[in-house]
Amino acid sequence: MLHGFAMLLVFQLVGEFLSRVLYLPIPGPVIGMLLLFATLVAMGGVPKGLRLAGEGLLAYLALLFVPAGVGLMAHMHLIGQDWLAILVGLLVSTVLTLAATGWVLQRLQRRRHHDG
Amino acid sequence: MTDELGAFWVFLSDSPLLGLTATLLAFLAATWFWERTGRHALAHPVLPAILLLMGFLWVTGIEYQTYFDGAQYIHFLLGPATVALAIPLYDHLARIRQLLVPLLVAGTVGAATAALSAVGVALALGASRETLLSLAPKSVTSPIAMGIAEKIGGLPSLTAGLVLITGTMGCITAPLVFRVLRLRDESVQGFALGVAAHGFGTAQAFGISALAGAFAGLGLGLAGILTALILPLLPLLLPG
Repeated sequence: MLHGFAMLLVFQLVGEFLSRVLYLPIPGPVIGMLLLFATLVAMGGVPKGLRLAGEGLLAYLALLFVPAGVGLMAHMHLIGQDWLAILVGLLVSTVLTLAATGWVLQRLQRRRHHDG
Repeated sequence: MTDELGAFWVFLSDSPLLGLTATLLAFLAATWFWERTGRHALAHPVLPAILLLMGFLWVTGIEYQTYFDGAQYIHFLLGPATVALAIPLYDHLARIRQLLVPLLVAGTVGAATAALSAVGVALALGASRETLLSLAPKSVTSPIAMGIAEKIGGLPSLTAGLVLITGTMGCITAPLVFRVLRLRDESVQGFALGVAAHGFGTAQAFGISALAGAFAGLGLGLAGILTALILPLLPLLLPG
């Protein structure tokens, strides 16, 4: 468990390092995730300690959002100003995203079945 | 006695201990409430916990910054949690290989639609540049979305809130969208939920079936990576 957590931190550290040194536009933890994914593929499995630490963290993912969410308080003026644009933008975009993603995947899967 | 209590409150309201403890207690209370509703999607503990804490800070007059001095220890774990998303992604490796091209194409279309339509609509309705840049990563799971917002000049904590609202909207509108477009395949439904509504959508997809849930987890991870790759171009496209 402890070495699993250490492994997560090391991959995050390497990700942050690459993001900064190479001026990559991708957040450090995302680079860390990609590197860990590649490592797991190369290893052909997930070490037990890593699974314990990683799945333990992901089980409480919702909790981790809370401190930043409370920070919404600090942006009340911006939300008050733009609330209509924000709500309409989110609603239209969410419906369009569901529709576009689902429709494209369904079409491509069907074509595959017909071809195969 | 009251003097000691007062002195203790002065110590506590300025110590990281209070923000940390309050966050955990608020989340436990919100989780208890969620369990009582039978884990209803609309009662998901994140928003109630946030509202409880906002009320607590408002009543006690504690500044957000003071609160965050304690809560930052929880906030910090978003980084390693993002790295840990590689594990469920690896678990679905066989499925990913099988459907690699359709998933990549649908995921890219979805991630681009999510960001561009939200920013486009809000731009048309006159939102500020900061709002637009905070709005762009709203379909992606919070840890990634906040990282992106920070990179492109949005406000990470505003983005975190918008991500939560998006998740709720996705869960409410998905059944209607699937019915209208006749999307009946569970893997398609799950993947769309994961791309459009991140963790909330994934939780809802697991309610449809385990297959839908697995594809939702895949959609969540893929949308996160693709959005992180695409969005840094956005500030170049925006006026101002």
